[in-house]
Amino acid sequence: MEIYWLLGIPLTGGIFLALWGCRKNAPEINALFSFLTLIAAALLTARIVEGGPMMVGAGWFFIDSFNVFLVALTALVAFTTSLFSRPYMRIEQEHGRLNAQRLRLYHSSYQIFIAAMLLALTTNNMGILWVAMEAATLATVLLVSLYRTPASLEAAWKYFILCGVGIALALFGTILLYFAAEKVLGSGGTALQWTQLNGVKAQLEPTVLSLAFVFLLVGYGTKVGLAPLHSWLPDAHAEGPTPVSAVLSGLLLNVALYAVMRSKVLVDGALGNNMAGNLMMGFGLLSVVLAAFLIKRQTDVKRMFAYSSIEHMGLITFAFGMGGAVANFAALLHMTMHSLTKSAIFFAVGHATQKAGTQLMADIRGLIQTNPTLGWGLMLGTVAILGVPPFGVFASEFLIITTAMHEHPWATPFLLLALGVAFASIFGKVQPMVFGETELPKLSYQPALTPVFLHLGLVLMLGLFIPPYLADWYRQAAQLLGG
Amino acid sequence: MTLTYHLQIVNLLAALLLLISFAMLSQRRIAGLITLFAWQGAALTASTALVAWSTGQHHLYYSAALTLVLKVIGMPWFFFRIVKKLDMDRDVEPMINIPTTMLIGIVLVIFSFNLALPISELSGTVMRSTLGIALACVLLAFLMMITRSKAIPQVIGFLAIENSLFFAATSATYGMPLVVELGVALDVMVGVFVMGIFFFQIRETFDSLDLKHMEKLKEK
Repeated sequence: MEIYWLLGIPLTGGIFLALWGCRKNAPEINALFSFLTLIAAALLTARIVEGGPMMVGAGWFFIDSFNVFLVALTALVAFTTSLFSRPYMRIEQEHGRLNAQRLRLYHSSYQIFIAAMLLALTTNNMGILWVAMEAATLATVLLVSLYRTPASLEAAWKYFILCGVGIALALFGTILLYFAAEKVLGSGGTALQWTQLNGVKAQLEPTVLSLAFVFLLVGYGTKVGLAPLHSWLPDAHAEGPTPVSAVLSGLLLNVALYAVMRSKVLVDGALGNNMAGNLMMGFGLLSVVLAAFLIKRQTDVKRMFAYSSIEHMGLITFAFGMGGAVANFAALLHMTMHSLTKSAIFFAVGHATQKAGTQLMADIRGLIQTNPTLGWGLMLGTVAILGVPPFGVFASEFLIITTAMHEHPWATPFLLLALGVAFASIFGKVQPMVFGETELPKLSYQPALTPVFLHLGLVLMLGLFIPPYLADWYRQAAQLLGG
Repeated sequence: MTLTYHLQIVNLLAALLLLISFAMLSQRRIAGLITLFAWQGAALTASTALVAWSTGQHHLYYSAALTLVLKVIGMPWFFFRIVKKLDMDRDVEPMINIPTTMLIGIVLVIFSFNLALPISELSGTVMRSTLGIALACVLLAFLMMITRSKAIPQVIGFLAIENSLFFAATSATYGMPLVVELGVALDVMVGVFVMGIFFFQIRETFDSLDLKHMEKLKEK
């Protein structure tokens, strides 16, 4: 039952805000719908923790510990982002960059985007998963171009075309998957159901499945932002409104990776070797190294953190590629940490850029003087994402690297080098933004900094102590992925 | 007996699809491109309906009807309207090297036949030999997207990929489950609609639909 609430609330919210989004209190309505979604997600999570995996709606939806953890994370970050976007969008409106019409589009698309992601996470059908991923892209294309500046239009166009082509490849992969499944399960609606496929995965034709996985990985990998298909990601993050950057980075990339992982489980079962894992390790490693060196050259703060997202998604993909209980556990943990930390950073960065009136790092100085909480939020977020203990990112990165040392020693120098380069460049660039001298003006609305510290608090807590039930939960999810 | 007869026609339509893909690759005028796209949809509709009829897979009729309504009538009409509104009926794209593009296209066709060979051997459907053609059409549409610099041809290239994928689904597996096909069709429709809005935004900002103006975002 909760599942219908979970999907129904944001969808209703999207329609409601499309019709009545011009009102003054639209940001509050947006936050309210997000909060209701969060409650539905919490209820669903409670149900799964109690009763284990379940199928709902005649096999259309399937929830296990792997996707329910992503559902909870998605609903949480969606809610906090809606809180952040409340003052943020008001300030943007005051600066004359947006009007009420565009805010209506923004709020409506935001809710539909959340609904599409939740559908992608909970559906049991690989075809519907594709449909939902495409819907999530379409919902965000017009958000990226919300400011209608030449640069934002270009970014949105690139986003649409690249992700559209990528997702077309994933459709071909899905067709191949169906082709293989049909041989075993017979034609009809059930042959694309993941649970059915998972039951017969050993009988699926290996040649077809390996080809299907290549297409699925490249297709969904485009949305994960894996190099060399990442070029839409920094543009879309830098040119879109900051709340959109936060949900793209913190949520959409995770959902795309989720799709890849669901496919990987099937392919591993059919092939009996680590072909899928090796491919993922290759793409992951390439992304980590490439992104780390590109971070060094960035001058735009949002672009820089977008590259940092590519780096972290690469790291997670690499860890999932290694497979095994520990690596999967670490990858899941890192997914959580990255989502929370990166969205917190984008919240802080958003207000900082509004204050300075530019996204160029060279022009943002001395945040800590004019607004100490904002400055500290950005500094702590940066320190957290760079993997400094005691934040949780350290724990997951440490696990990933030690596992890599154990199982694939050749990869460790690359990983350490990339992390080192990223550390030096990001820290070196953020430090003068936070400290240093300034004459920046104050913001007209009180910035929303509670979400920043809420996220960072969670990351800190998970770095110091992972509650046993949470650890169990991650372990179960890791097991489902073939640990 | 009748099945082989049908098979011949489906093969013929498949060949037609491939031919149209090549024609799209070399078509300079936007209006001509839209017409070709409509013809491609028509060939797809005909082949899907024929397969549905000869094999008794009734859900394929829905798929054929959907293609007819969306890709033969709806979208070409929509594109023609946009072209008219934005006043670019006579736009001719300066394209160099059509012969080279054609040669690359031929290489892609050979490549996709080789790639599809092991899969089509496994397929049990009557039209397995056409899977290679479907894959070739996908790659040709890709090539078209890469070689074009205007917005509408790129979107048509994207839709041609979608067409070819539907053809691949029909030829390899008698189509995807209906719900999925409906979902995909919905996405494509919304996508084209979003693009329509987008065209106007681009035009308003850049005063042209030439994507050459949109090459500012690059790594320095």
